[in-house]
Amino acid sequence: MTKMTYREAVRSALREALRNDPRVFLMGEDVGRYGGCFKVSHGLLEEFGPERVRDTPLSESTFLGAGIGAALGGMRPIVEIMTVNFSLLAMDQIVNNAATLRHMSGGQLSVPLVVRMATGGGRQVAAQHSHSLEGWYAHIPGIKVVVPGTPADARGLLLAALQDPDPVFVFEPSALYGVDGEVDEAAGPGEIGRALVLRPGDAASLITYGGCVGKALQAADQLGVEGIAVEVLDLRSLRPLDTAAVLASVARTHRAVIVDEGWRTCSFAAEVSALIMEGAFYSLDAPVGRVCSAEVPMPYARHMEDAALPQVPAIVAAVRETLGSHG
Amino acid sequence: MPSAGSLPLPDRAHALELLHGMLRIRRFEEKSAELYTLGKIRGFLHLYIGEEAVAVGSMQALTADDNIVATYREHGQALARGIPAGGLMAEMYGKVNGCCRGRGGSMHFFDVARRFYGGHAIVGGGLPVAVGLALADRMQKRPRVTACFFGDGAVAEGEFHESLNLAALWRLPVLFLCENNLYAMGTALDRHQAQPDLRVKAAGYAVPAEAVDGMDVLAVESATCRAAHAVRRDEGPFLLELRTYRFRAHSMADPELYRAKEEVERWKSRDPIDLFMSSLRGWGLLTDADLAAMEAAVAREVDEAVAIAEAGPWEPLEDLTRDVYTVNEP
Repeated sequence: MTKMTYREAVRSALREALRNDPRVFLMGEDVGRYGGCFKVSHGLLEEFGPERVRDTPLSESTFLGAGIGAALGGMRPIVEIMTVNFSLLAMDQIVNNAATLRHMSGGQLSVPLVVRMATGGGRQVAAQHSHSLEGWYAHIPGIKVVVPGTPADARGLLLAALQDPDPVFVFEPSALYGVDGEVDEAAGPGEIGRALVLRPGDAASLITYGGCVGKALQAADQLGVEGIAVEVLDLRSLRPLDTAAVLASVARTHRAVIVDEGWRTCSFAAEVSALIMEGAFYSLDAPVGRVCSAEVPMPYARHMEDAALPQVPAIVAAVRETLGSHG
Repeated sequence: MPSAGSLPLPDRAHALELLHGMLRIRRFEEKSAELYTLGKIRGFLHLYIGEEAVAVGSMQALTADDNIVATYREHGQALARGIPAGGLMAEMYGKVNGCCRGRGGSMHFFDVARRFYGGHAIVGGGLPVAVGLALADRMQKRPRVTACFFGDGAVAEGEFHESLNLAALWRLPVLFLCENNLYAMGTALDRHQAQPDLRVKAAGYAVPAEAVDGMDVLAVESATCRAAHAVRRDEGPFLLELRTYRFRAHSMADPELYRAKEEVERWKSRDPIDLFMSSLRGWGLLTDADLAAMEAAVAREVDEAVAIAEAGPWEPLEDLTRDVYTVNEP
């Protein structure tokens, strides 16, 4: 095990993939000479050269579409988009091509494309760089959506994405890039579609993913001090979703709070909540709770941004509420 | 009437092949229109009638190893590429023996064995994919050309400009084939382009470009061969503007309120098939018997295509979610 940051863990997976598979290449804005907007690809241009670490013009739709074409042509492209907000410029290629080509061609094509992008708030970069739109992407059949919440998953799920025959979108919460964790660099790819119980408990299930995983663990710590054992389930993959793990957790705890950095309305949390209603209604001792972002474009000012995002006190309060509503 | 001028006459067998190629597209589509009115073909049906010289002429420049990306008005390219007519007709019927199992219909033909990558119904959406196919070839050192068809409407899309720039920046082997039929659906070129001379746009991306009479199959063939040759010589992308006209409505649902009948009639007087036949007769390369035999062969092929489509089974409902992923997820 090695202690490394989330950023270093992503880089470790990129380096391993570039070393081991000549079909793999990285392209995106400033991934080469600049070293990556978030310094994720720092040093890779020097190691692998400009053919395999390609700086692109600011043409999200076209370099993402070129990734699709290159995947059809036998390569294993990794497309980096600086932030999820910029990915909206590539929505046409994502929704109309990446997600559809296999089905629309009657199974003749597959698109082994990996798209990485930063997501989420917490860095005071306001309303055009901070949103959490992975829930939108999870709506689309034909693509896969993973959101690693730890350095170990940042490495393992990226390696898994590169082995997948279909398009996989990897959302990297930008607030996590500097966060440390233990990573086993000898470990192979993780498993897409498998949730993980990070903390066992029987009082309630905290179901979360991505940038909220750390906050959910902190909330569980605080409640643990009072003897309330909360189970923390990290979804890790939004599509495919490990529905069985969600239902099994609720069957153990009978209470669920979903923590999701997306806006509450039509959120991924709403989807998980609906699944619990459908599959574990009779296990529930209390209504399902949700902690989501406030319904505002992300504000710049620190205190306002903090108030807009899910925070530990709100998560603790939501767990207390679900416990209090019993009997 | 076009003339071979001082050029040598075309080889007779090849010339008859070109005529045959155009005739089979024309007759296949006339039958498709008929089947649409009978309700056998549904959805959108965009006919290529009037533009046949573009698909048939340009396809002469491509080898079996080259890639093709086309639009939703791609029956002509698909037939000229050699995708069996029966598979195309069955696809339009929505049958499982269609070239895409009935998943795509008229607008989404794919045939990987013939390197035919769609069938794209988002205007401009195929261009980035073509750039990527060319990038993959370049990175794997394969000497292929990717031919990318799109219409004049696509020139207004950002993806056109981004794709020309990226292909030129990376010197990728893409042959951009702009089929300028003067209308983006119902909006005339001079109503959607501040600069309606499309080929000049390529200069902004340092891409060489040429415009050609898209109603003259020999002119299309020779211009496309020159352009493809340059691309193959590793000179980077090339933009060819093929000036043509669609004789039928945009789709079967279009009442054509946006253009004058006189304009359509004027263009019909330059019907690419009639023009070529009259040239061939003038050169003594086509007899009535040749034409009758050709028409009979085409009629047989179209009848067989319809029979294949009629006889084809429907995909079983339990296959509804098949091929969403390579390994289907629940």
